[in-house]
Amino acid sequence: MAEGHNKTGTSHKWEMVIDLDRCTGCEACVVACHAENNIRISGEEEAAQGRAINWIRIERYWEGEYPNVQARFMPVLCQHCDDAPCEPVCPVYASYHTPEGLNAQVYNRCIGVRYCGNNCPYTARQFNWFDPTWDEPLAEQLNPDVTVRQNGIMEKCTFCVQRIRQGKEQAEKEGRPVRDGDIVPACVQSCPTSALVFGDRRDPESRVSQLARQDRAFHLLEALGTHPAVTYLKRIT
Amino acid sequence: MASGQANWNEMPAINRDLLAPLQGAGLGYLLLVVLLAAMVAAGAGAWFYQIETGIGRTNMHPPIFWGAYIASFVYWIGVSHSGTFISGVLRLSKAQWRRPITRIAELMTIISVTIAALCVFYHLGRVWRWYYLIPYPNQREIWPDFRSPLMWDATAVFTYATASSIYLYLPLIPDFALARDRIGGWRRWCYSILCLGWKGTQREWETLNTAIRIITPLIVMVMISVHSIVGWDFGMSLVPGWHSSIIAPYFVVGAVHSGLGMVMVGLYFVRRTYRLEAYIRPEHFDKMGKLLIVTTLSLAYLYFADQLTVWYGNIPDHMAILHAMVSGLYAPPFWTMIVLIYLIPLSTLTIPSFRRWPLGMMVVGIGINLGMYIERMLIIVPPLSRPRLTYNWSSYFPSWGELTILLGSLALAVLLYVLAVKFVPIISIWEEKEGRMSAGGHG
Repeated sequence: MAEGHNKTGTSHKWEMVIDLDRCTGCEACVVACHAENNIRISGEEEAAQGRAINWIRIERYWEGEYPNVQARFMPVLCQHCDDAPCEPVCPVYASYHTPEGLNAQVYNRCIGVRYCGNNCPYTARQFNWFDPTWDEPLAEQLNPDVTVRQNGIMEKCTFCVQRIRQGKEQAEKEGRPVRDGDIVPACVQSCPTSALVFGDRRDPESRVSQLARQDRAFHLLEALGTHPAVTYLKRIT
Repeated sequence: MASGQANWNEMPAINRDLLAPLQGAGLGYLLLVVLLAAMVAAGAGAWFYQIETGIGRTNMHPPIFWGAYIASFVYWIGVSHSGTFISGVLRLSKAQWRRPITRIAELMTIISVTIAALCVFYHLGRVWRWYYLIPYPNQREIWPDFRSPLMWDATAVFTYATASSIYLYLPLIPDFALARDRIGGWRRWCYSILCLGWKGTQREWETLNTAIRIITPLIVMVMISVHSIVGWDFGMSLVPGWHSSIIAPYFVVGAVHSGLGMVMVGLYFVRRTYRLEAYIRPEHFDKMGKLLIVTTLSLAYLYFADQLTVWYGNIPDHMAILHAMVSGLYAPPFWTMIVLIYLIPLSTLTIPSFRRWPLGMMVVGIGINLGMYIERMLIIVPPLSRPRLTYNWSSYFPSWGELTILLGSLALAVLLYVLAVKFVPIISIWEEKEGRMSAGGHG
């Protein structure tokens, strides 16, 4: 894939690198994402039905035979594919591609046919089966920058688009370009081992660009040709 | 011309026999209507509860975002193909034996398209915003996305519903005129409007026949396109088990298969209830049975071609689904389906005397429909439950809410049919007469 692959060709191309060698499976990213993005609390019963909403999840796989068993962790979130299978199947343009390469979901437009959910090979898309509720005092800490989603619509990781907006506005106010590291999604910010790195793939010097050029780089289900914006770094230890 | 004379003498009896179902209603009929209405009410209640609280009332969950509602949509669209196929294809091929069957089948088409459309509404997460699917001018200048197979589908189903309503209506005009002249009460008023002032002049007959000749080939093409597009709802996706080029013809043949089975059920009950043994004769069941052998073999062939390719290719993503169906979690429904839609029809319908036994044919028809419903569930559930990333492999069975809504829909279909029989001559009277005349003329 060409570096900074971007269909639309504007100034930024937001991408993420996930170093599987560094991920400990602690799920701090999952918690941070819930707090930042007003993700509904599902509870035990719904989680057992497989309906717990997580925009980022840690997939856990076991390797080897007892007693030499090792747990392998893989954080999976929306891959913000450049050729996203979820986009053309939406009958109402609720799932669309932003000029900066984000795969956006327009909550107001979504009518809940859920084709996007079926067609996402990463099962990154989540559905609101009921109206959201938060136990006290969690309801007091909703993020005012993020829409609360209603019953009956799809949602998913936005790469913390509200933080991208803020970062760009701040840079504009100060009359300078966005610097590498200005914009940090909640999951990246909370990762204790810095396994997650976010940045602009258009800037060849950004950390995300440097890491993505490593030999360890691969994409999830790369053969499907979805051109994900998330690059994984292979585990070598 | 002795036989011609005999034919003329039959006409009053034909009028009497075929208009009889429109008149009077026994206690049994009323009880059936009340029972069906109660089931419909239960279904409607369950649907409103689901709208009020959320789609969570179903048993769907990631990665199974589609379930029994979509399976039922596909099923009912399939049933709707009966009318068009039988009356369209048989009219085109000038098959005389179609005459007592066409109306029974065409009514099924309209009613099952309605039920299929309802299933889409059950499925929508925010059904109160369904009109976003319509390309209407709006301030934000947003249109539906016609790249989505679901928009192709909405367009196709709308076209099909409109076209088959016209197709049902055209041959009804002379029958409505007949009913206008012979049935009193409030219905006379309805019939006189619906028959468009039909007088039966030579010119009117020519116009009507031309109109039917034009619409018949068109509707056969629409029918093939509709179920192809329903197949493409699945075929266009990346989901292993759906992404297949054979899915469109497979869906069309499957639809006709279940549709023919359903017509068999309709024929049996209409014949029995209204004592129409003189019109719907064993030879009609015999001919329908032969058609069913053709669809059984075609469907089996397409299914085999599809699964053989998957098995030989041995791609792990696809094999996971095949294994789950043939020997895994979904083996019981899978093998039940194979028995109901292939083995039973093949082993019974190939016996000539069986094909002339209405009760047996009805039972086979019900079996085919049960089997085809299972087949639709198997198209949706196993592929969705085995995504490429294995971490949330899962399973699905409809919830009580879903079952109540879907049973209510079935009851609504039967109710509409039972009511329609009291308003529409269930056998096309003029076509029946035409058949007798031409048979007499040649004889």
